[in-house]
Amino acid sequence: MTVALGIDIGSRSIDAVWLDEDGTVLDAVVRDTGWEPAAVAGELVALHRFDRVVATGYGRHHAREAFGSDVLTEITAYALGARALFPDARCVLDIGGQDTKVISLNERGGVADFEMNDKCSAGTGKFLEVMARALGYTVEQLGPAALDADAGVRISSMCTVFAESEVTGLVHRGEDRRRISLGLHESIATRTMGSLKRVGARGPLVFAGGVAKNPAMVALVTGAYAGDVIVPEESQTVGAYGAALHARSPVAAGASGRADKE
Amino acid sequence: MSDTATDYRQMWADLGLNLEAHDMLLGAVGQMYGAAYMSQKDRPEGMSYFDFVISEIHGLRIKELRDHQAAGGKIIGTFCVYVPEEIIRALGGQAVGLCAGAEWAYDEVEQILPRNTCALIKSFMGFKMGQVCPYVEAADLVIGETTCDGKKKAYELFGEMKPTYIMELPQMKRPDDMVLWRGEIDRFVAKLEEVTGHKLTAENLSLAIKEVNDKRRALQRLNAARKASPVPISGKDALLAVQVAFYDDVPRYTEMVNKIADELEARIAEGKGVAPADAPRIMVTGSPMSIPNWKVHDTIETAGGIVVGEELCTGSRYYAKLVDESADTLEGMLDDIAEKYLDINCACFTPNPGRIEDVIAMAKDLKVDGILHYALQFCAPYTIEAYSVEKAATEAGIPVLRVDTDYSMEDIGQLSTRVEAFLEMVK
Repeated sequence: MTVALGIDIGSRSIDAVWLDEDGTVLDAVVRDTGWEPAAVAGELVALHRFDRVVATGYGRHHAREAFGSDVLTEITAYALGARALFPDARCVLDIGGQDTKVISLNERGGVADFEMNDKCSAGTGKFLEVMARALGYTVEQLGPAALDADAGVRISSMCTVFAESEVTGLVHRGEDRRRISLGLHESIATRTMGSLKRVGARGPLVFAGGVAKNPAMVALVTGAYAGDVIVPEESQTVGAYGAALHARSPVAAGASGRADKE
Repeated sequence: MSDTATDYRQMWADLGLNLEAHDMLLGAVGQMYGAAYMSQKDRPEGMSYFDFVISEIHGLRIKELRDHQAAGGKIIGTFCVYVPEEIIRALGGQAVGLCAGAEWAYDEVEQILPRNTCALIKSFMGFKMGQVCPYVEAADLVIGETTCDGKKKAYELFGEMKPTYIMELPQMKRPDDMVLWRGEIDRFVAKLEEVTGHKLTAENLSLAIKEVNDKRRALQRLNAARKASPVPISGKDALLAVQVAFYDDVPRYTEMVNKIADELEARIAEGKGVAPADAPRIMVTGSPMSIPNWKVHDTIETAGGIVVGEELCTGSRYYAKLVDESADTLEGMLDDIAEKYLDINCACFTPNPGRIEDVIAMAKDLKVDGILHYALQFCAPYTIEAYSVEKAATEAGIPVLRVDTDYSMEDIGQLSTRVEAFLEMVK
């Protein structure tokens, strides 16, 4: 049996998916990235045997050096994964630990356009983590608290640093922290809708990435987006699944190589 | 360091450079050049000339310029492709582009300029304030110009540190603007005649026009070779060739670039390239890239793409247009110079449909798979005009990736991912 492995080495988690020849998932594992991503990735890769491996995520090039994997960007990996899981999907929203990606797909499922935040972590999982801490919540508590609010407070800054001081100011003014939490989610949702419009997103949207586990973000995106919003059950492993699918495809070997600098 | 390098220390000290900081700069540039350039495979042999130029960029070339001054010639520093180098050359001057492609002495710069100033402006101020650019120190006069608001206000402060003469570049291209620009050319001639002590004549100007046109023609040849598939020269090497055009001795440079063009034409005949024929062909357009700013080209080519053209001031805006050579009077030649220069399409003009047309025509001619629009952060003309470029390119069926960045490496992870995803998308 030929086994294809996809590994998504992200800033917050490392995810691996093993597929058999038919594309059936043999196993899917999610681990925290921690402080030694290379070691964690190495442990994951050693869990099951595989014939081909494709790495994606920000650690993909280190994986190439460490265990000779081919590489694919998260953009293409998420497009492949989302489309295979949901053949009707026409766009993908992935809010991960340190970046947000919106991808529109063409009729054949290829990437038609994409947008990704460049320098900063505004509106990402990291942003929500910092804000949760400023409000005295855990990350898991932040979404439900927002859903509990009667209305959101307007947060004007999307910069993690400035928004944190804005939130601190609101807390000191005695504002209900549930309303602040809702305001934070609303500002991310508004920004996300802008990105989706810029890439020409329409039709069914797959909302993936760690932040798709946040019920308030899901509710707001679903409410604001014109088409259907699908949240995959295992929203964190869509990228690894896409990478594994790429490892299965005949063009994978050597197709996405970087120029060798050494 | 070699003995030759040591010999330059006295020259640098005489120029008033901060020797310790300057050593650090040269070390950093050498390292960047090594990483970006020397690791490339199958480079044209003629590029060894540019390796030499870079290794001697603050050495031998500065010595040549100092010798030129000792013989009574002048050094004129410029920052912009709108400054007519033919006039400088005709008056026995050497035009040199000034340093502006790396973060330097930002801590000092930010004491006088806002932090959210574009990298190019912060950089040229930093090279002056940090006393590490021998070109600016050697220059007898620096020519500024009213292209963008950031540059024109920064020149007021720069002028306090260095004799600076400002040319007013109009911001529209109506007949009245040409009248203003033609007058500016006359005032520029008068200023340079005063500085050099020479008189501009039809003889010396027609020779200079011919020599500078020859330089641009050589670059046109080199760049025409990039239409081929597989591409016979990397984008990084072609970019470097244009970057050096602003510094180097004109006839020698022309000869060397023509030699490379010969070599590239031979490579095309053999079907030899520096990248596989199916490597995504990318064109770059936007803000200028001064040495040692090779960031975007390096990112694209490291990711497996190949840059086949630059619609940049350090690209086609520099070499695509020539001064008409048919005039036989001084006035006629100056008219032709005024016309050629005002015909360049920088985003500081409004409206600026010419640039959009240039970008689309070039993209089609080079058969590109995608366009990377590069703008320096806080460079309003290019960051805003990116929208119109993207719109026109999308209508023409050419995908566009918009990158707003600076000279730092802090965004390199995200930038690489975006560029790689773009290459995967256009493949």
